Amino acid sequence: MSALILETRGLSKHFGGLRAVSDISLQVAPREIHAIIGPNGAGKSTMVNLLSGHLRPSSGQVIFNGQDITGLAPNKVSHLGVGRSFQRTNIFPSFSCLENCMLAAQSRMKNSFRFFRRSDSYPLVRARAEKALQACGLSSKGHSTASSMSYGEQRQLEIGMVLATEPSFLLLDEPMAGMGKEESSRVVELLAELSRDYSLVLVEHDMDAVFSIAKTLTVMVNGQMLASGPLERVRNDPAVQEAYLGDGEEQF
Amino acid sequence: MHALPRPIQLLLALLLLLMAAYPLFGASLAGDRHDFYLQQLTSIMILAIVALGLDLLVGVSGMVSLASAAFFGMAGYALVLFAPEYEALSIWVALPLCLGVTALAALLMGVLIIRTSGIFFIMVTIAFSQMLYYLFHDASFAGGSDGAYLFMKPEVAIAGVQLLDLENRTTLFYVVLASLALLFVLLRTFLRAPFGRVLLGIKENEQRVRAMGFNPLFYKLAAFVIAGTIAGYAGMLSATQYGFVSPGQLSWQMSAHILVMVILGGMGTLFGPILGAFAFEGLHHWFASLTPHWELPMGVVVIAMVLLLPRGIAGLLLQLAQRKATKSAEVPLAGTIKQEAEQ
Repeated sequence: MSALILETRGLSKHFGGLRAVSDISLQVAPREIHAIIGPNGAGKSTMVNLLSGHLRPSSGQVIFNGQDITGLAPNKVSHLGVGRSFQRTNIFPSFSCLENCMLAAQSRMKNSFRFFRRSDSYPLVRARAEKALQACGLSSKGHSTASSMSYGEQRQLEIGMVLATEPSFLLLDEPMAGMGKEESSRVVELLAELSRDYSLVLVEHDMDAVFSIAKTLTVMVNGQMLASGPLERVRNDPAVQEAYLGDGEEQF
Repeated sequence: MHALPRPIQLLLALLLLLMAAYPLFGASLAGDRHDFYLQQLTSIMILAIVALGLDLLVGVSGMVSLASAAFFGMAGYALVLFAPEYEALSIWVALPLCLGVTALAALLMGVLIIRTSGIFFIMVTIAFSQMLYYLFHDASFAGGSDGAYLFMKPEVAIAGVQLLDLENRTTLFYVVLASLALLFVLLRTFLRAPFGRVLLGIKENEQRVRAMGFNPLFYKLAAFVIAGTIAGYAGMLSATQYGFVSPGQLSWQMSAHILVMVILGGMGTLFGPILGAFAFEGLHHWFASLTPHWELPMGVVVIAMVLLLPRGIAGLLLQLAQRKATKSAEVPLAGTIKQEAEQ
């Protein structure tokens, strides 16, 4: 196994007396899909926020590509190549799809203090945005206003915007949240494709989806890591079976 | 920011033409009152410039500022206090002076307050404006509550050759009209460029803008400085027009009037606040001629507008233009379908 792309060491986040995340050490190798699963309240979203810089950890470290990024602001983390998507659709509703992706692509220019030339006349911005739209399957919807699209399409756009920032690593917070079977299988396909080019951490509720694409798995319960490792091993771990998987899916 | 619908482009061009034509025909139309109207229109356009700048904050970036009057007044004071008593100040000194003072003030104020948002941002902008208001109100060097006079208007000359005579009311009218039109075009250009896209993104979803790798604070600060400087430019024009500045020009009530212009006109459209300035001042004059308590009927109008037309005059116009566009689009669309069917 080559060097790790992402690693956390004893990562913890406390909100007052609540240990939302405690002492999580996980390792993600390049070009793998690493899934984090766990019941509601397990601390998955907090975990994502710690990794993307939206929250500052109480203790522990986040190491990305060998660099300590603990406590860096989200915009700086983004510039290091971490592309994050959100659990609740987080797009610019009045912008068209293309404009959503162009704004994301624009973030890779040195700065956006450019006042005179139209943003869509920067070839690099436009090309990246169009490429991202294609990758997320929305090429034909470029000029549709984001708010007028279906929920599933908005979720796709959410991923497209992440891709337009040309990340080297994807951090996806429940990309299939609230989707129907058909829509979510389309996203699973998309993720499988993306995993050829990107390393990916996926927080997800949808177990079928996770088991069909993830290579490694971390199971969280009550802010703690129950198990972490290759999918098959974790899946068959007796502790995981008992605490989480064995009870069936009605838990969610 | 998308291209304006054709009918609105035409409307704005027509209004610009009418304004430009007014000094030519005003004397025969309005007779004795021509000069008064000319002055009123000039001062309304000056306020429209402030409203235009404020829209960049309120409508475009979502920052409600009540400090526009502070920058407006400050630039006026800068001009009056710096100008020698018996000699005209060159515009090449006056312009950088007024713009520089307001830009610097906006930058300093902005650095301190840009991290706040919502109601807190409104409150600190009021607090800063009131500090400046009392500074000039109580300052003996600036004439205190009586204000101060500008005896000679700035001189626009190159190598001793006078280009424009700002003492001439018609000339000043055209200078203000041209400034308003150019600033409108300039801000629209900004909004289509990367800078404006980030501002529009911040208004819709600041958290996402940050997650994409922008630091929103820098862009908000830049918008604050640009809006402040535009207000300062208007303040310089106003001091030039009236040859007089008073602390009242810095008061937060004045800022509130500008904000009402933006809201009446339609936030975030840029052309709306310009129309809003005319609507507000028009109603102001009309109500003031009926009752000394003109703010009372004005308040009713504002409440009615917000309830009935939350997107302001511009929103109404855009809606009308849209309806017309969909109607006329139906016919050619049917034609294309037929064509396609034939193929």
